[in-house]
Amino acid sequence: MNTEFPLWEVFIRSHGGLQHKHVGSLHAVDATMALENARDVYTRRQEGVSIWVVPSNAITASDPADSDAFFEPAKDKIYRHPTFYQVPDNVKHM
Amino acid sequence: MTQLLQLEDRFQARIDAEQKIEPKDWMPDAYRKTLIRQISQHAHSEIVGMLPEGNWITRAPSLRRKVALLAKVQDEAGHGLYLYAAAETLGVSRDQMYEELHAGKAKYSSIFNYPTLSWADIGAVGWLVDGAAIMNQVPLCKCSFGPYARAMVRVCKEESFHQRQGFEIMMTLAHGTPAQHKMAQESLNRWWWPSMMMFGPNDDASPHSAQSMRWKIKRYSNDDLRQKFVDVMAEQAAVLGLTIPDPDMHWNADRGHYDFGTIDWKEFDEILRGNGPCNKERLDARNKAWNDGAWVREAATAFAAKRKSATA
Repeated sequence: MNTEFPLWEVFIRSHGGLQHKHVGSLHAVDATMALENARDVYTRRQEGVSIWVVPSNAITASDPADSDAFFEPAKDKIYRHPTFYQVPDNVKHM
Repeated sequence: MTQLLQLEDRFQARIDAEQKIEPKDWMPDAYRKTLIRQISQHAHSEIVGMLPEGNWITRAPSLRRKVALLAKVQDEAGHGLYLYAAAETLGVSRDQMYEELHAGKAKYSSIFNYPTLSWADIGAVGWLVDGAAIMNQVPLCKCSFGPYARAMVRVCKEESFHQRQGFEIMMTLAHGTPAQHKMAQESLNRWWWPSMMMFGPNDDASPHSAQSMRWKIKRYSNDDLRQKFVDVMAEQAAVLGLTIPDPDMHWNADRGHYDFGTIDWKEFDEILRGNGPCNKERLDARNKAWNDGAWVREAATAFAAKRKSATA
């Protein structure tokens, strides 16, 4: 009988003030077990102050095969960067 | 066909440019298969590796030693889980990997088929076996496959505690009573050659190495890593006041390395064939743990389903 538990993705906030970051995945029957397993597997040395667990199949990801086209709109917009604009050297604090 | 060649060229170009390959990126079938085999064997090694050390938890000589050993064995479980998860990103299921291990079809590191006969063996395993493992694993932190490389960064951070606790045990015994010193020396005698085998066959007998190097899964050859291990351990054994059981080991000023004797590869092959001192015991223990846990997995699944239907 296939009894494999569902897969969860684990995100950890390492310190207050930082964002949660993906650290890996694990199997668990439900969210409570996923949180407890994530604590035991990924924070044995106080690596986190907060954990998110998300069912892996709830994540929609961009397709790496299409990434050239997908990210193309941002490619030629150098005017979105501060260095695009000319400012005389004697202008301070800008 | 030409399209496949183009994909392979582009893939190799990314590898050559030190870009990481992620699970959903295109990759050659052979790259995927090689990684599934290597990562799952690595995961199995972590899990089976808990057995020889778990053997001494209840008999650790002090509470300090006991909590350290417990934490170390718990780390090995964690390492196995990081690695299984990395392998799963390549499309193999956890159950599939377990089944292959339990059926005796999957390999794991030959070192864990040796018994831990005395408390000193826990010291020797930490010092030598984890020492050899670290040398193999540090280059894997830069492996071309992202999830494997990231898992290895975590593993390596934790392994350095393992090696230091092993060395401390050896240090205490080696500088203890004559009986303790003897125990440490005998343990080094038992574990030295099996640890040397952990780097795998000599380069000329390692057929897959060249391709793995091209794919940047492997960064250094088996013999290069083994030499590095010998050079480091020769110095550390001197600090311990213990003698490495190799009459051919001596400093070679011309090479700038320690020379060493020939490994008994027949012993290595026998263990790979399943005929090591503990092969059967290890597999039996894994199967028993899996089978005895079946009711827990079923109960957890049933409980989760019940709770879900209650809140629905």
